[in-house]
Amino acid sequence: MTNIGPSIVPMSLPGGRSSRGVSLHVLSVLVENRAGVLARVAQLFSRRGYNIYSLAVAPTDDERFSRLTVVVDLESAPLEQITKQLHKLINVIKITEIDPVDAVEQELLLAVVAADVSSRGQILELVGIFGAKVLDVGLERLTLALADTPEKLDDFTELIKVFGLIEVQRSGRVALAKLNRGGGRGGISRGKAS
Amino acid sequence: MKLTGAQALIKSLEMQGVEVIFGLPGGAILPVYDPIIDSPIRHILVRHEQGAGHMAEGYAQVTNRPGVAMVTSGPAATNIVTPLANAYMDSTPMVVITGQVATSSIGTDAFQEADTTGITMSITKHNWLITDAAEIPEVVAEAFHVATNGRPGPVLIDVPKDVSNQMMDWYWPDAVDLPGFKPTTKGHPRSIQAAARMIKEARRPVLYVGGGVIRAGASRALLTLAEKTGIPVVTTLMARGAFPDSHPLCLGMPGMHGNYSAVTAMQKSDLLVTLGARFDDRVTGKLSGFAPEAKVIHVDIDPAELSKIRHADIPIVGDVRSVIEDLIEALDKGEAGEMVQADLAPWISRIREWQKLYPLSYDRDGSGNGLKPQYVIETLSSLTPEGSILASGVGQHQMWASQYWRFDHPNAWVNSGGLGTMGYAVPASIGAKVGRPDKVVWAVDGDGCFQMTAQELVTASAERIPVKIALLNNAYLGMVRQWQEMFYDQRYSEVYLSPDLPDYVKWAEAMGCVALRVEAPEEVAPAIEKANDINDRPVVIEFRIDSGEKVYPMVPAGASNDEIVLGPSYGGAR
Repeated sequence: MTNIGPSIVPMSLPGGRSSRGVSLHVLSVLVENRAGVLARVAQLFSRRGYNIYSLAVAPTDDERFSRLTVVVDLESAPLEQITKQLHKLINVIKITEIDPVDAVEQELLLAVVAADVSSRGQILELVGIFGAKVLDVGLERLTLALADTPEKLDDFTELIKVFGLIEVQRSGRVALAKLNRGGGRGGISRGKAS
Repeated sequence: MKLTGAQALIKSLEMQGVEVIFGLPGGAILPVYDPIIDSPIRHILVRHEQGAGHMAEGYAQVTNRPGVAMVTSGPAATNIVTPLANAYMDSTPMVVITGQVATSSIGTDAFQEADTTGITMSITKHNWLITDAAEIPEVVAEAFHVATNGRPGPVLIDVPKDVSNQMMDWYWPDAVDLPGFKPTTKGHPRSIQAAARMIKEARRPVLYVGGGVIRAGASRALLTLAEKTGIPVVTTLMARGAFPDSHPLCLGMPGMHGNYSAVTAMQKSDLLVTLGARFDDRVTGKLSGFAPEAKVIHVDIDPAELSKIRHADIPIVGDVRSVIEDLIEALDKGEAGEMVQADLAPWISRIREWQKLYPLSYDRDGSGNGLKPQYVIETLSSLTPEGSILASGVGQHQMWASQYWRFDHPNAWVNSGGLGTMGYAVPASIGAKVGRPDKVVWAVDGDGCFQMTAQELVTASAERIPVKIALLNNAYLGMVRQWQEMFYDQRYSEVYLSPDLPDYVKWAEAMGCVALRVEAPEEVAPAIEKANDINDRPVVIEFRIDSGEKVYPMVPAGASNDEIVLGPSYGGAR
């Protein structure tokens, strides 16, 4: 019936996000590595009223291209319309819709947490359990780093909050489709010829 | 061969077959204006950069070739923003070249600096800021490729002054390589077969034809499809002339000011065969009440249009001409070929009944003060040679022009549909006449519109471009007045313009035009005939029209198309 490609069921992510009723989806967008590409993508989202939940950009191993990992809020527009509009940008080469179920995802968290003598031990215990790192030590504060799935970052934040969070910085997630082992369907790529 | 960037730019335009540039020079674009003196390309010096843009659009609308405009940086670039937005909305191929301050000054708030690529990002298909003269031939080739392939539209090339002066080794690229731009032109065969079956089964089908049919040069294919299937055709504002008004299957324009049979045929339809149209809100009215029983076949070269507004039961991405041709074939082959077309006779006879009961109509007795604008346009249409071009501004006069002019040819109607840009008519008609000097070009304009861009008639006089302007002067911003009368309790707020300030005849004469004023019905035809005989300079005829005249039929904003109002010439009844 359609030659546009299959539709994707939007999914809610766990943690604070789903409780706000926001449904999110990850788009991995391969773009030409040229001046102004990020502005074009950002302006498209703004102009069409699409919400970006998070955005990460970096060059790929091939220096001609960059990869944008955009987490989009599907409350604002249907995913299909977002990807089609993105495809109209001349610098966009390929869009992969990554269903979180079939993706490997990582996000980096940096957190400054209050840590006096009495709480420091408990904090370091959590650092050990989550495989986080202590980046910096002050007299009454610790700066922690954790690279893991967004859900793990949510859990970690929840637990260290008790000690007093001074500052939190998250990178936005990056994601790739799971490797094909015969089971998962992986990401769905949409080349230009839709 | 060593060339300056400026020389390379002009040479690249020559390589693209550009025959005319509409433009106005200034500081940052100065180097590029020097090689124009030695180029075979004609340059038309406009009086305002907006005029350059609209002329390029008018040129493109009648030739299906990209119009080219060139202006300087800063305020010139911002003055051409409106034409870019207009061309983007109406999918008009256009290449705009802007000067930019030197690369070393970019970002310093230099004199006449504006972030042109940033400002125009969302109203161009793509834009380029050139940073090295060696890029120029490649970028020009890419720009024309992008403007004309896939869904046509405007592009912009921003050229810093130092890049124009920089030396480069001339080359011309063999091919354009844009990995991110590969439009699908061939419709999917399975979808086309499914569409053919759906058409055969439909009992109340309508061919819903949009401007894409004109851009794709698909009029002939459309005529074949309509005659083969016997399905009636509606042509949107952008598609007037894509299918001849004189054809018995043509129902005319649908939408807010469409005629009753076109609007109602869509409302009662069980299948909308949508060809290069995009379910604009001015066509659908209240979306939830639009054509509630219709299935939708939607053909468009832009995948993002499919199911954007209305769900498409059969979406087909492709060039509309190629898809129509494939569809014509598919109707005779395979499963669809074995099916018998459902009997459309009852549907056609219902439509004929509506056409008989509710034709377009106005008070021909001429009650009220001033000429009836519909009479002026009917007379203009009947006295002007077959195949003439009509341009229009935006507002009441545009709707009357669309309703009462006889459109029988594609690329003969030049108007601003999507953006609704007042002041479009005068410059666009000039561009159209430059593109088709063999055709008579009339513009129907309103007094509000005329005052926005009339100065381009100086351009037309200076360049000997003999356009003809039918100025319908009702002393008001008429469409706004109509809404205030109908929906704001006749509280007229800031819509009165005066019938004689300015004096349009004196003004037109001062701009080098022949000018006439017509106040009585019997003067209408002689004035038009006189204008048709003048071919060495522009003509302006000011028609003093009835300021109380309104555009009917009308579907009030936000209402369903079932609530179409026919107007007082039906005694207010439906």
